[in-house]
Amino acid sequence: MLLLTCPYCGVDAEETELHAGGEAHLKRFGPGASDEDFTAYLFHRENPKGVHFERWRHANGCGKWFHAARCTNTLEVFGTYKAQTTEPPKDLLDTIRAKRPGFRWRDLA
Amino acid sequence: MSDVHLALGGASFDGLVKITELPGQGMVTLRGDLADKTIVQAVQHAFGVALPGVRETAFDGENGALWMSPDEALLLCPYAEAEDRVSALTGHLQGAHALAVNVSDARSVFELKGRMLREVIAKLAPVDMSPDAFGPGMVRRTRMAQVAAAFWMDDASTARVVCFRSVAGYMFDILSNAAEEASAVNYFVR
Repeated sequence: MLLLTCPYCGVDAEETELHAGGEAHLKRFGPGASDEDFTAYLFHRENPKGVHFERWRHANGCGKWFHAARCTNTLEVFGTYKAQTTEPPKDLLDTIRAKRPGFRWRDLA
Repeated sequence: MSDVHLALGGASFDGLVKITELPGQGMVTLRGDLADKTIVQAVQHAFGVALPGVRETAFDGENGALWMSPDEALLLCPYAEAEDRVSALTGHLQGAHALAVNVSDARSVFELKGRMLREVIAKLAPVDMSPDAFGPGMVRRTRMAQVAAAFWMDDASTARVVCFRSVAGYMFDILSNAAEEASAVNYFVR
């Protein structure tokens, strides 16, 4: 069972209170973008065994979208953070680097 | 003002706790940044309560405010006054990016009374109901079985549950089922 702490209401929300929202920090490409960029935005996703960054919504709760960093292998949750950002906070990345030395996720390491 | 038509006509059930559909609770949903001074003062003027902190409640007699999210509060008042309160609140909200709507007839409210209420709620919601984790003065927005709900405790043996009116029948059924006399687990009662 997955427990994520909602950064908006502070609740340790159990998985059934949440709705998964896919990969975090996608850069959107729309009209005018190249076919390669648009294809990558629509279809290309990370599928790591290990550290992953995801979007979640506290659907049965405060209703807010937020980000979570967790390990897809062990289900360990490294931390959650608010949605109003384009990259994970530095202290969270430091925590992950300490726990999973050498991890890679897109251009993060 | 038209008469109150309750979803279940004031149904009640007596088991581990006494469950009652409350007649006509006035409810106003307020959306807007709850940290905004204009909004805080507008609520103070129209409802006479200060906006509560994160996951907290504030009450003054029949008036109350429940924290729903960083930009949503559920304000309580007598049923007959809800429309006037919305007008007053909207007047005070001039200039702020906010919206107030009377949702009294869009929600149903159930009262749970009895010392087993922690257990009845714990059977239905993924919430730590131990007295250390949840108590009077707090509100929790969550799910109960398969529907969205919010609940808070007025005192150690009284709680109120709010859900959408369209699922009032379902809510009453699952609450009654969880409060069946023979289903006591006695987890929170020593």
